[in-house]
Amino acid sequence: MSTSTETRVVVIGNGMVGYKFCEKLIAKEKTHFRLTVFGEESQVAYDRVHLSEYFAGKSADDLLMAPRDWYSENGIELYTGDPVVDIDRERKQVRSHHGLVVGYDYLILATGSGAFVPPVDGVEKDGVFVYRTLEDLDLIQSYARKARKGAVIGGGLLGLEAAKALLDLGVEEAHVVEFASRLMPRQIDDAGSGILQRQLESLGLQIHLNKSTQLIQGTDRIEGLQFADGTELPVDMLIISAGIRPRDELAKIAGLETHPRGGIMVNDQLQTSDPSIFAIGECALVHQMIYGLVAPGYEMAEVVASQLIGNARSFKPFDMSTKLKLIGVDVASFGNPFAQEPDCRTITYDNKAKGVYKRINVSSDGKTLLGGILVGDAEQYNMLLQTCKNLTILPPNPEDLILGSRGGEEAGVGVMGLPDEALICSCEALTKGQLCHEISENGQNTVEALKKSTKACTGCGGCTPLVKDLIQGVMKQQGLYVRNTICEHFDYTRQEVLDLIKINQLTTYNEVLNHLGKGDGCETCKPLVGSVLASLWNENILQKDRAVIQDSNDRYLANIQKGGTYSVVPRIPGGEITPDKLITIGQVAKRYGLYTKITGGQRIDMFGAHVSDLPLIWEELIEAGFESGHAYGKALRTVKSCVGSTWCRFGVQDSVSFAIELEERYKGIRAPHKFKSGVSGCIRECAEAQSKDFGVIATEKGWNLYVGGNGGSKPQHAQLLAADVDKETCTRLIDRFLMFYIKTADPLTRTATWLNKLEGGMSYLKAVVVDDVLGIVADLEKEMQLLVDTYHCEWKEVVENPELRKRFSHFVNVPEQKDPTVQFDSMRNQTKARDWKTVS
Amino acid sequence: MEVLHSTTTTTWHQACTVEDIPADGGACVLIEGRQIAIFNFSRRNEWFATDNQCPHRHQMVLSRGIIGSQGEEPKVACPFHKKTFSLRDGSCLNDEQYSIATYPIEIRGGVVYVEV
Repeated sequence: MSTSTETRVVVIGNGMVGYKFCEKLIAKEKTHFRLTVFGEESQVAYDRVHLSEYFAGKSADDLLMAPRDWYSENGIELYTGDPVVDIDRERKQVRSHHGLVVGYDYLILATGSGAFVPPVDGVEKDGVFVYRTLEDLDLIQSYARKARKGAVIGGGLLGLEAAKALLDLGVEEAHVVEFASRLMPRQIDDAGSGILQRQLESLGLQIHLNKSTQLIQGTDRIEGLQFADGTELPVDMLIISAGIRPRDELAKIAGLETHPRGGIMVNDQLQTSDPSIFAIGECALVHQMIYGLVAPGYEMAEVVASQLIGNARSFKPFDMSTKLKLIGVDVASFGNPFAQEPDCRTITYDNKAKGVYKRINVSSDGKTLLGGILVGDAEQYNMLLQTCKNLTILPPNPEDLILGSRGGEEAGVGVMGLPDEALICSCEALTKGQLCHEISENGQNTVEALKKSTKACTGCGGCTPLVKDLIQGVMKQQGLYVRNTICEHFDYTRQEVLDLIKINQLTTYNEVLNHLGKGDGCETCKPLVGSVLASLWNENILQKDRAVIQDSNDRYLANIQKGGTYSVVPRIPGGEITPDKLITIGQVAKRYGLYTKITGGQRIDMFGAHVSDLPLIWEELIEAGFESGHAYGKALRTVKSCVGSTWCRFGVQDSVSFAIELEERYKGIRAPHKFKSGVSGCIRECAEAQSKDFGVIATEKGWNLYVGGNGGSKPQHAQLLAADVDKETCTRLIDRFLMFYIKTADPLTRTATWLNKLEGGMSYLKAVVVDDVLGIVADLEKEMQLLVDTYHCEWKEVVENPELRKRFSHFVNVPEQKDPTVQFDSMRNQTKARDWKTVS
Repeated sequence: MEVLHSTTTTTWHQACTVEDIPADGGACVLIEGRQIAIFNFSRRNEWFATDNQCPHRHQMVLSRGIIGSQGEEPKVACPFHKKTFSLRDGSCLNDEQYSIATYPIEIRGGVVYVEV
């Protein structure tokens, strides 16, 4: 096979980086090279980053970078379980442990690293392990079967993974012993570490900080640890994960320059002191450091492979940002996580209750992101990393970056706002431009497809969320992917339509359709726009062109029932009603032959009204002082109350008065869905306020406000938004909450569902409406006040307006005639709608 | 109910005035005991006449439905269960087992005429 034109390349080391080098080289130029690979382990290269998944059930085969066949299929000679023991630089050949001698033109050292074992007395004892190879894992697994108490020395990334492995293996006690004063000292700060520690402790790990191990006790097998402070920890197995040591012994033997503290010295081209020998990955010391992550290792593989095919390349200082999931806890750090004032301004969010810590370091001029730390919730990692790397100009309130951005503009830049050269997958060095091209031009529009075609997301997997966003973004640009847009006539979400209608000051449906939509509208977008117009301007929903865009209930200001008749619900604020008003309802119901029933919301519903009777019925009701109850609208229904302190011997506050005030305040306001409320006069909660969209319960000191509750098919208790507040504060908070909901919820979404979907949930909602992190509460209050001030009783307007009133007839050519097909049956001395025929 | 149209038995009827039907909406007229829904699709500058009864649950409500378009097809949605029907040919666009009758319609001098 060998011809004089072939370049012989020998790779020593078949780990992740050694494998990646082969993959990259043959991808660039297959025929020109003759590749030989020697590996020390008997396994072919496997994914060491996800080593712990071996314990979680993955097989050694699952973890392989590529099956053994891959090497032969690509013409690569592979010798595993056969480490190189000597390099003859004169003759340019290597000799393996089994005596194989192979010549090379270029030699690539990818020998990786081994576990660093500190010089502690007793490390040779049985039951002491390192956590590095599949073989180590096998040994740990079999020993753990008879162990009860295990410890890990080293509270870094790998150490914590090892500790998790101990827990998974069923060890009763798992301890982590760390020399420094915090966990993961190189990645995160004290506060983040504290949160991480609490999370890990809650999972059953016992953490010991500031502990220097002096002696491993026991005769032949380990029995305990003795620390420098005199304390002891009895354990019967130990995993040492105190760092890595570059495997440079072969390089030393060959006379290559190595660093006294370990590592094969290389220049920016990754050449060793012998120009035909390169070193890549964790064995190489470049820029005075060992890069202990896979992404820079892959980049080194790329740099050397490029040079071998004749392209000048050098290895540049590599970003060491990381994101990982440690035992279910997100941990990430990026850029300069430890930058301190006065060089920067630091913003932190520390939520001990939820175990979330976020820190960002913003440049002193507030323009760029220098770095940061995320613990417990690293969802924003990718965007933050990109914002940091690309020196993107920050939004005016950089805290939005970590608190998320709902209720306003998108914080920071979306992934589509990144420059094309932004590196999305650092393991495979894929830029946004490359990925977008792959998605849009080659149609690779799933993560799986992109994994195959570009290898994105296959290394550390950290870029997966960003890649997903990118796919969505590209498809959206192409109109391929319909996000939560309204319908074929509006390529916007409800929130976008609301914002656009507001900005453009549109007040009719046709204006909105002409400005923002296409086609002729439909039964989905018309009522939605109708609702949004009402939420913004609060004009009569039946005027201008708006009557015909409303659903039948809103169009006739009543609830359509079986048979095509309507039901009528007058407002009875707080459920309080005078005897005279009760008499009026009785008289009206009698006169128009209506079936009456008390509703679940302390009101009275009258069923069976012909459409042409509705204005007549309302004329009488309005005369008696009633107003529309908006039972037909996506609006406030009722504020249910218990009788409270005015009568009840337990009541601590006047719940009825407050319920009436609230109902009067929010009546008629249109929202994405109906909303309900309740006010209880004491903790016994007779008004069931906690099952309402907003509910208030009296306390000795004031009122507790709960939001996001729901009855219905998926009952859900409301959550506490504020405690012991006075009425004014309570009302202000409700204003903000409702307006925030109205402005941001998807159509037909109740507050409970909205809150469940709201990223950051209740803590985020509190941050917005109580702490005003978005700086919008003044606007929310103003917008709500506008709605309150412009309230009008829709029925009063219809009754007084002949034009509107005219529309309430069944036959326009014979308005006095009622629909003859309407039929009632009788039941318990009242009427009921005749059942509809279910056969067609 | 099969509705067959034969020119020998249909007549043009004066149904209502243009003002009786709201722009981009509908209303019902009674013509010889039949309930006919009239739609003034002013956005498209078109008028339509169909049965007022939705065949799904036999409710006399189609004239109260929201009209709109699906692609190019003008349609009306029943307020009860959102069955939508083509205003051109009466076919149900989201449940092929249903259809409604449509009727020729003409506007002359502000008066709406329907052939029933």
